[in-house]
Amino acid sequence: MLKRMSYSSFPEDVLEHVFSFVQSDKDRNAISLVCKSWFEIERWCRRRIFVGNCYAVSPRMVIRRFPDVRSVELKGKPHFADFNLVPEGWGGHVYPWIYAMATGYPCLEEIRLKRMVVTDETLELIAKSFKNFKVLVLSSCEGFSTHGLAAIAANCRNLRELDLRESEVEDLSGNWLSHFPDTCTSLVALNIACVGSEVSFSALERLVGRSPCLRTLRLNRAVPLDKLANLLRRAPQLTELGTGAYSSDLRPEALSNLAGAFSGCKELKGMSGFWDVVPAYLPAIYPVCSGLTSLNLSYASIQSPDLIKLVSQCQNLQRLWVLDYIEDSGLEALAASCKDLQELRVFPSEPFGVEPNVSLTEQGLVCVSEGCPKLESVLYFCRRFSNDALVTIARNRPNMTRFRLCIIEPRTPDYLTHQPLDTGFGAIVENCKYLRRLSLSGLLTDLVFEYIGTYAKKLEMLSVAFAGESDLGLHHVLSGCEGLRKLEIRDCPFGDKALLANAAKLETMRSLWMSSCLVSLEACKLLGQKMPRLNVEVIDERGPLDSRPKSFPVEKLYIYRSVAGPRFDMPGFVWNMDEDSALRLS
Amino acid sequence: MGTTSVATELRLGLPGTDDHQMEEQALSSVRNNKRPSPDTVDDCGVQGKSEEVTPVAKAQIVGWPPIRSYRKNNLQQKKSESDIGAGIFVKVSMDGAPYLRKIDLKLYNGYSELLKALENMFKFTIGEYSEREGYKGSEFAPTYEDKDGDWMLVGDVPWDMFISSCKRLRIMKGSEARGLTSCGL
Repeated sequence: MLKRMSYSSFPEDVLEHVFSFVQSDKDRNAISLVCKSWFEIERWCRRRIFVGNCYAVSPRMVIRRFPDVRSVELKGKPHFADFNLVPEGWGGHVYPWIYAMATGYPCLEEIRLKRMVVTDETLELIAKSFKNFKVLVLSSCEGFSTHGLAAIAANCRNLRELDLRESEVEDLSGNWLSHFPDTCTSLVALNIACVGSEVSFSALERLVGRSPCLRTLRLNRAVPLDKLANLLRRAPQLTELGTGAYSSDLRPEALSNLAGAFSGCKELKGMSGFWDVVPAYLPAIYPVCSGLTSLNLSYASIQSPDLIKLVSQCQNLQRLWVLDYIEDSGLEALAASCKDLQELRVFPSEPFGVEPNVSLTEQGLVCVSEGCPKLESVLYFCRRFSNDALVTIARNRPNMTRFRLCIIEPRTPDYLTHQPLDTGFGAIVENCKYLRRLSLSGLLTDLVFEYIGTYAKKLEMLSVAFAGESDLGLHHVLSGCEGLRKLEIRDCPFGDKALLANAAKLETMRSLWMSSCLVSLEACKLLGQKMPRLNVEVIDERGPLDSRPKSFPVEKLYIYRSVAGPRFDMPGFVWNMDEDSALRLS
Repeated sequence: MGTTSVATELRLGLPGTDDHQMEEQALSSVRNNKRPSPDTVDDCGVQGKSEEVTPVAKAQIVGWPPIRSYRKNNLQQKKSESDIGAGIFVKVSMDGAPYLRKIDLKLYNGYSELLKALENMFKFTIGEYSEREGYKGSEFAPTYEDKDGDWMLVGDVPWDMFISSCKRLRIMKGSEARGLTSCGL
């Protein structure tokens, strides 16, 4: 009998070795679809999983399929939770996952969470369940206190990273840092910028002093400037530094001492912090400016001249986050000095003011788009824009991949022509063929959505607010954007028709959020019944759903694909629209 | 549409006769113009293409502009600095003086200028400042009330921080002042 050469006759460990070079999830998923034996081999050797929506799959299913995972990344609440649109108690609890993984993945080393509710109980469970735990990243999480952090510090003997990025921590004691044992010398990254209270400074100094591998240190506001020099001298190998408050009663010697400490940090690439910054103390960082690639000045309330002085020295800057105090003049200087700039974020200093308080207009962004050939990621808050400016930016930067423009007043038209900004954004999607993320603002009709549906083929995430005229707008996007994964919409006149006509599309996406739109309860129920692999969740805080007519629009709607069925932790103001719920409601 | 001003309205009849009746008619015509009031618009808040009724006081929209809460909190603390354009006027009282004065902190570049101005205004001398001992060599001590309502000795914090947190000044005299200048603080 002729022996046929087949893939399955390749020794398993050879295949496994080959697969270990393939790290991307997409490629790993493709490998697992080749044949049954590859599926088996691959699932046993997958070490890292990413779950973009924690309710899309159950922990049990994940552990069953991938038995030996070392790194888990989970995301919980929808993005609009960042702007208080998701009510308290909605969900995103990570405990069930940790509970399952405590027995399923005893060798787990890394946990990365975003927008999830993490309790102290959860942190304590992590601390005692995973003997080789190394990395904990909590991005925009909440629900825990410094007690939970103390448990992590005390028990994770080989901890490398503790990163609390923008999480909300309940401050019960600054002493938690002292719980790191003297034997803990493995820290590579520590980010406590979001912790409100003072931490024990001597404990911090000692911890930094005994962590020779420490590369990232982000202090909180409570760490005073006069303590910074000592910390820097203990960690001259830092590549990322977040200062504490950048103001103090510094004597001249203290200032030059600080400058000296900064000069010792020859590998510093990124800086952040700068709360309460006093411009007179900024020269202390001049020694490191030429090496900086990333600078976050978004808490620094300093005016344009000081910003220009600083930024002009950072010729290698790739990323700048700054307040609109930089003004058009500062952005012009930026465009002239920082030719490697890839990402720019300009935040508003007075978002609720009616009148502009600074001279920041569309001109600043146009300037940067002209002067910085590598600019591909933009987040820009301002008070006026024009189609011309958008067209110019689009033509200057066809390499743009992320473009988020927020004109502060909703429905603001082109300030020159008083027309909608459809053509401008149309130019963006038409010219920037690799655009993955887009946020719209200003006065917009259905036309802009036609452009988006026609041209934005690589678009993955779209954010829309106060825009459009009819269901046609939504229909253009759902039917045209092939790569769309996340769509979030608020205060737009989009209703039932577009949603129901494009129901199948929703299964190809991670999620859809619609709030203050015109989708009726009836349509939600229909969608929930028609699409068993979607969780159609209605969020409505006005009371029981049946107290209003079915034709009445729902407050908020969150639709996501899931193989786990309806979730079990919905609070009273969230209803799932599947068959059973429908029976309950009618 | 719009309001009618009874005073300028053209009407038949002698001046002074039956103003009330005219007013009634004018008011009823405004009431009958069926403009949608905010109460009758859909709960979901979408106004549609028809013109919106914009209230005089601007109501803040939930979650707009899209800024994270920790950023908003950070900015609110800086609110006082938005007055940088206008002067920063604070009341100054001096123990024993019959009335208060007001000064514009923006006019001074630093503590020495401010203290000199105060000395001139109230005709007294302030002592020598040191971090350890406060103001030595005089029975006066300049103090200020900060944002948190605490009374602080003038000169301890950087000038920029001082002008953004100072709410009022008080020049203390006598034993109270001496208490401040000792190491008690």
